[in-house]
Amino acid sequence: MAKVIYGGQSYECGEDSVLDCLTAQGVPIPSSCRSGNCQTCLMRAVKGKVPADAQAGLKPTLAAQNYFMACSCHPQSDIEVVMPEAGINRLAARVASVEYLNADILGIRLNPSRPLEYRAGQFINLFKDDVTSRSYSLASLPALDEPLFLNVRKVPGGKVSNWLFEKLRAGDEIEISEATGDCFYVPGNAGQDMLLIATGTGLAPLYGIVRDALQNGHRGRLVLYHGSYDAGGFYLAEELRELERKHPNFSFVPCVSEGIAPAGYEQGMVLDVALRDHPDLTGWRVFLCGNPNMVSAAKKQAFLAGASMREIYADPF
Amino acid sequence: MSLFTDIGGEPAVNAAVDIFYRKVLKDDRINRFFSGVDMEKQAAKQKAFLTMAFGGPHNYTGEDMRKGHAHLVAQGLNDTHFDAVMEHIGATLTELKVPANLIAQAAAIAESTRKDVLGK
Ligand SMILES: Cc1cc2nc3c(=O)[nH]c(=O)nc-3n(C[C@H](O)[C@H](O)[C@H](O)COP(=O)(O)OP(=O)(O)OC[C@H]3O[C@@H](n4cnc5c(N)ncnc54)[C@H](O)[C@@H]3O)c2cc1C
Repeated sequence: MAKVIYGGQSYECGEDSVLDCLTAQGVPIPSSCRSGNCQTCLMRAVKGKVPADAQAGLKPTLAAQNYFMACSCHPQSDIEVVMPEAGINRLAARVASVEYLNADILGIRLNPSRPLEYRAGQFINLFKDDVTSRSYSLASLPALDEPLFLNVRKVPGGKVSNWLFEKLRAGDEIEISEATGDCFYVPGNAGQDMLLIATGTGLAPLYGIVRDALQNGHRGRLVLYHGSYDAGGFYLAEELRELERKHPNFSFVPCVSEGIAPAGYEQGMVLDVALRDHPDLTGWRVFLCGNPNMVSAAKKQAFLAGASMREIYADPF
Repeated sequence: MSLFTDIGGEPAVNAAVDIFYRKVLKDDRINRFFSGVDMEKQAAKQKAFLTMAFGGPHNYTGEDMRKGHAHLVAQGLNDTHFDAVMEHIGATLTELKVPANLIAQAAAIAESTRKDVLGK
């Protein structure tokens, strides 16, 4: 008989779903439709096999991280489950290098003290002290065995970003969390076209995702739009141009929203330019990162332009 | 559960959710009731509702429907808005080439929630 392990306790499920089994024994799990649709009872398996039925209709990035719907999960073998937010541990990391990527953005490379499982585009929490942390996206690729690569923008008056700019040096040891987040590339459907839109350091996760997709042999078009007020706001542009030369299916379009755009740049708000170039997104995979207003407008616009809700991935920050 | 199977089951609902929700967001008569900040949560709710209308598995009671829509009724949700939603359900299924007799059955199920949704 399959057992469900939750919070250090073991429960006999019998024929019941994980939801019924846990709630019957007094564990409070939020739920609503109880038929595998509304996703209110989302949980994550940390050990054991999740039956496919329990992931029907979930976003592929959630399924890839073993999230499932407790109401439609009837485990065939023992399974250990946690609430969606739980189970993210801390670890130490050594600063390998710190460099300016432009006047306002710092590139930080870190070597974690133990191998870190992650996907390009997920984020870690970086601790300034025991109680103060901020999230930063991973622009590096685990497959290339690179150090973790973060892009941090200097936020006026910002506690952690200014501390990083002023104090962080190569050789320092800092504390980070394990990686989390569901904005990343899932291999498969290699011919699918992908639209990626970033403002500011929203480029960090997308730089990781683009390279991850190319590394996985993605054949569909990958079009990356990066928005900034003026030409001074861009970074990693040389690397992206180089990637463009190597991979004919990848294109990089920097967009300047204020003033006159120099040669090689598009003029206008990044979202407007991207949708002008690609008005029909039926069948596309879409990634949106950066300014929360841009991301929320872009989510709606991309959906109305035909992208499926399940194929729009976003991190607003 | 044969209506659900005939309509095409879970894959059909997935296809219908996108089409239906897109229609709703474009409809100025009703989009204010649906434009919650989190579009994914909204879409998941639409999916649960469509699953029910398509005769699929669900555990909603009339009381759930009342509670779930009370805040919208307070914002003025009424019969004309419900009619608009019914229109979009029909148009969505037509677009998916579902036969008319099945559309009528789904519409009847959706229609049966009217009193509870509108808190009457
Ligand atoms: C999923 C995710 C991924 C992210 N990825 C990245 C990334 O890759 N790169 C990146 O640069 N950032 C990223 N961020 C943002 C990052 O986590 C931080 O929010 C950012 O660096 C600012 O932190 P801070 O401590 O410097 O600023 P905070 O100290 O948190 O301040 C933020 C703003 O609030 C203002 N403020 C602070 N305190 C007060 C107050 N008492 N009253 C009024 N105003 C106040 C500050 O002036 C500042 O403008 C990400 C965020 C998320 C959620």
